[in-house]
Amino acid sequence: MNRPGRTDRRLWLMLAVAALASIAWLALTFALVAATLDPVQRAAAFELIGPHLALVGLTWAGGIAVIAYGLKRWFDFWVTPSVRLAEEAQILLRTDVVRELVPAGNPETRALARLFNQLVEQRETLRHEMDSKVHAAAQRIEEEKSRLAALMAELTQSVVVCNLDGRILLYNQRARAQFRDFAPPGQVTSPGQGAAGSGLLGLGRSIHALFDRQLVEHALENVRQRMRRGAPQPSAQFVTITPAGQLLRVQLAPVRPAASGAAGQDIAGYVLMLDDVMPDYEQQAERDRALQALTEGSRASLASIQAALEMLDFPDLEPVMRERFLRVVRDEAQAMGERLKPLVSEASERLSSRWPMEDMLGSDFVTAALHRIEQQAGLSAREAEIDPAAWLRIESFSLLQVLVYLSARLQDELAVRFIQLRLQPVPSGSARLHLDLMWIGPAISTETVMGWELDPVRIGQESYSFSVRDVVERHGGALWFERDRASHLSFFRFLLPGVASRQAATPTEAPVAEPVGRPEFYDFDLFSRSEQASALDDRPLLDLVYTVFDTETTGLNPAGGDQILQIGAARIVNGKLLRQETFDQLVDPQCMIPPAGIPIHGISQDMVRGQPNIERVLPVFHSFSRDTVLVGHNAAFDMRFLQLLEAGTGICFDQPVLDTLLLSALVHPSQESHRIEAIAQRFNLAVQGRHNALGDALVTAEIFLRLIPLLAEKGIHTLGQARAAAQQTYYARLKY
Amino acid sequence: MSATILIADDEPNILLSLEFLMQREGYRVLVARDGQQALDTILQQRPDLVLLDVMMPLKSGFDVCQAVREHDELAGIRILMLTAKGRDTDMAKGLALGADDYMTKPFSTRELVDKVRGLLGARA
Repeated sequence: MNRPGRTDRRLWLMLAVAALASIAWLALTFALVAATLDPVQRAAAFELIGPHLALVGLTWAGGIAVIAYGLKRWFDFWVTPSVRLAEEAQILLRTDVVRELVPAGNPETRALARLFNQLVEQRETLRHEMDSKVHAAAQRIEEEKSRLAALMAELTQSVVVCNLDGRILLYNQRARAQFRDFAPPGQVTSPGQGAAGSGLLGLGRSIHALFDRQLVEHALENVRQRMRRGAPQPSAQFVTITPAGQLLRVQLAPVRPAASGAAGQDIAGYVLMLDDVMPDYEQQAERDRALQALTEGSRASLASIQAALEMLDFPDLEPVMRERFLRVVRDEAQAMGERLKPLVSEASERLSSRWPMEDMLGSDFVTAALHRIEQQAGLSAREAEIDPAAWLRIESFSLLQVLVYLSARLQDELAVRFIQLRLQPVPSGSARLHLDLMWIGPAISTETVMGWELDPVRIGQESYSFSVRDVVERHGGALWFERDRASHLSFFRFLLPGVASRQAATPTEAPVAEPVGRPEFYDFDLFSRSEQASALDDRPLLDLVYTVFDTETTGLNPAGGDQILQIGAARIVNGKLLRQETFDQLVDPQCMIPPAGIPIHGISQDMVRGQPNIERVLPVFHSFSRDTVLVGHNAAFDMRFLQLLEAGTGICFDQPVLDTLLLSALVHPSQESHRIEAIAQRFNLAVQGRHNALGDALVTAEIFLRLIPLLAEKGIHTLGQARAAAQQTYYARLKY
Repeated sequence: MSATILIADDEPNILLSLEFLMQREGYRVLVARDGQQALDTILQQRPDLVLLDVMMPLKSGFDVCQAVREHDELAGIRILMLTAKGRDTDMAKGLALGADDYMTKPFSTRELVDKVRGLLGARA
């Protein structure tokens, strides 16, 4: 399709100049001739020429037409070939495409094209030499990596390495197998997912699909605090429940930046080591529960027996009372025996686990709590008296959630707007601490306190599997409500375990994990990324993770009831197309496939029979493309299908979208076609599997990777710039 | 006039011994078999001392203790908590909520009598 470009405008300009010049020449000729005639002759001449002025105009127009034709031919021969040559030469300059330029147009341009071809040939020779050297070096590194990969494979622990944004840049086989086991039941898997396993774990994918973002960030903050304090082996532990309900103990150790890394960055990423602790904790919890029941039950019985025996010591005891006390002794002894029996074999129905406690400076914890209460509960929060030397031994994540939860309920139910936190050692001199959540206002009834203690903790839309009481008991602590009537000060008092001295606490820190070897699934370049540093729109195009996708559909009219038949997608991470992490899924459209389309997409009714419907496929694709930028060729078309499905499935693809059709039009405004085949030809790409969703997605991905340097040449470096520029191109006006 | 003691415990066997013991010591004895009954008896009868078990139906000993301490007019009542919960956090909680003393089951009745005498003596 032709577009009015720079060349055309110049052509029109020259034609306008020619038209104006010829009119000026004609006017001047008339004026000079008129000046040499006397008035009678002039009148006679006007009378003679007047009726034939139309003829003059006609010959003038004819002349201009001839000039226009000549100019167009001149442009086509002298100007357009050099403009196209410049665009094609840009491709050779900015990409590693090897393609011979076809000489066209005038002799000078043809000579230039031949010259370019010679230069490309020369460059390729040099590149081959360099490639062979790089190849030799890469082979040495590869051998090293293989040795490390073998080491990782031997590890019985699951290891996942992430950058600061939570993007996975390494995982071992064990982790992959573990997360495949942990995938929620009933999940759609597609044969194309390959190394992605269950689809939850993949290079460049967000770890937050597996672990709560706040939980990981909290652990990272703890590690940072330890690093600031100069702890030699800073790491943090937390326990979490996977989507499938397994209990995992996670140890997080920081990966520090290399000496040459960015200044001021304390952590480049982190290593997560995962253990399935479900069986251990179940056993432990069961033992604890049995032990507690036995202890408390036995104490009561022993108390009754001891008291009864001591009554029997009275010499003047009446026989009736003596018999009653003896019966107490017999009954209680029997009851103790009965109590022991079921404890041995009783299986636990409920999971209550021992959670890892961490030593934390009390003031650090209070600071974190105040920040979180203000942020999540929306109250104003300040610290009251804080003992600067107090250390807590706590599971800080759940305890923080409890404080936020209680603050939110105080605000919602008692209209409390301001709270204070106080942390003081228990006066008795034990290692315990009083943590008080204080407010000025009404007292709370015992029933209300009990309700708040027993309800599952819920913050906003997030609800957790534990209650306040669970968390307090997990700490071996206590909680009660108190009120100072004189000052109208009410407070929840937590009795929490402390640490007697910091020296005693240090050895409990888990050993640091050195960055372990590189297994087969890795991309360490991701370390240099940080989403936190800048908004997505400000990020360089090369730094983003993309899901390049395509759909095959029953027809071209999404609003008219056409349905998706197939979704294919591939991921680009760190400027590399990951061919092993793809998504390829046929979809049962639950309607007849129009026969006219079958020769194009090649999907017949038989092929979609037994395949999942779009309601099942879409959540999996949504999860696959989570936290990435979507890329498509003529993406508006595919996005329209996805948008129409929003209402029915509740799944919204709200991430940024880039369109290779628009980007191609942007970098090559003079090219006639921006169809996939034409662009692929320009980039010398082989097109295979055209009109197969995955095939098209892979070609689109290759095209996109080659467009990025050409966009940079146009001054388009960030996602925001690319989106803005694409919107302005001609094709952006197409609507489906 | 002899002092009045309320014994609140849901275990009939311990109740039997404590009731016998306290009567033998010359006190007037009231009994309650759950937390709510204990609180009602305290409000109506104003005993001088309460032997208060922690784990009781309806209301725990902690709740009863806290409720008693919220009434100024009941300030003179002595509370001795008896519990099978042996953790020192439970003891700390009991004392923080206003108990005068705390004994962990099993206990010596001689020691109990001494504590009761002590508490009532201190009150007098």
